[in-house]
Amino acid sequence: MQIPYTVAERPDTGVFNAKLGIWLFLASEVMLFGALFSSYILLRTGALAWPHGYTILNVPLATLNTVVLITSSITMVMSWVALRNRDFGKYRKYIGGTVLLGFVFLIIKAIEYGAKFEHHLYPSENTFLAIYFTLTGLHGLHVIGGMIVNAYFWGPGSKMWVTDPERFTNRIEVAGLYWHFVDLVWIFLFPVLYLL
Amino acid sequence: MSNTQASNGAHARIYVVVFVALLALTIVTVSLSYLHLSVFPSVLLALIVASIKGYLVSNYFMHLISERRLIYAILVLTGIFFLSLIFLPLSHFHDRVG
Repeated sequence: MQIPYTVAERPDTGVFNAKLGIWLFLASEVMLFGALFSSYILLRTGALAWPHGYTILNVPLATLNTVVLITSSITMVMSWVALRNRDFGKYRKYIGGTVLLGFVFLIIKAIEYGAKFEHHLYPSENTFLAIYFTLTGLHGLHVIGGMIVNAYFWGPGSKMWVTDPERFTNRIEVAGLYWHFVDLVWIFLFPVLYLL
Repeated sequence: MSNTQASNGAHARIYVVVFVALLALTIVTVSLSYLHLSVFPSVLLALIVASIKGYLVSNYFMHLISERRLIYAILVLTGIFFLSLIFLPLSHFHDRVG
């Protein structure tokens, strides 16, 4: 049986099913991160003293990570443009680049975490570090999730390009929406945790 | 070159412009932190710059600029609940101060 509306838009929603699905999922993700941002505000406004992020955290490394994630967002969207142009070779380069940049982001994050642990700065040290590790850890898990999906579409999942190119292009658009959301979360995490 | 390819080429150019703008705004975000402003203006400025970056990512990379009405409806509803979550602890803060 053919799954309906994987390519064509559903007349009642105006979008193909996967797009509606990913936006509903992203709405739940907004609430997940929203709850943690809300906790951050509650903890910070309720604290007698709160350290400036830049006195504890490594701003140059986090800035580099911001650039890495923004760059991965453009390689992601360019992979979708390449498929729309029917250029599969270019698509593979861009989606592969996105996975690699995700990996670079995680390595930089691991260096940052390592430096904190070396100085015995663990989540249990104070409230600031507890919320820092919770927010960046959850974000890191999202990066790993996105990398797994993108790596699948770079490798075995890309076979669909031969059998159903339109559906495959839609899949990459949906994977891209998730990846850009992960970038969007970091855009707010970076100033909130590191610079304020 | 087909019309579709020409349109995709135009999209690609917009994405590159957005990418450069995002990099520039990252520099602005970091530079603002070196001004060592007091809490309120520094939070306000950081959130304004982050919101502009968020606007660029969501509107261009996530195509929200030309999305269907149903998606906007989902996001408006999400936004209402999100803002409720954010302002809930702030009301506690005002209670404490007051």
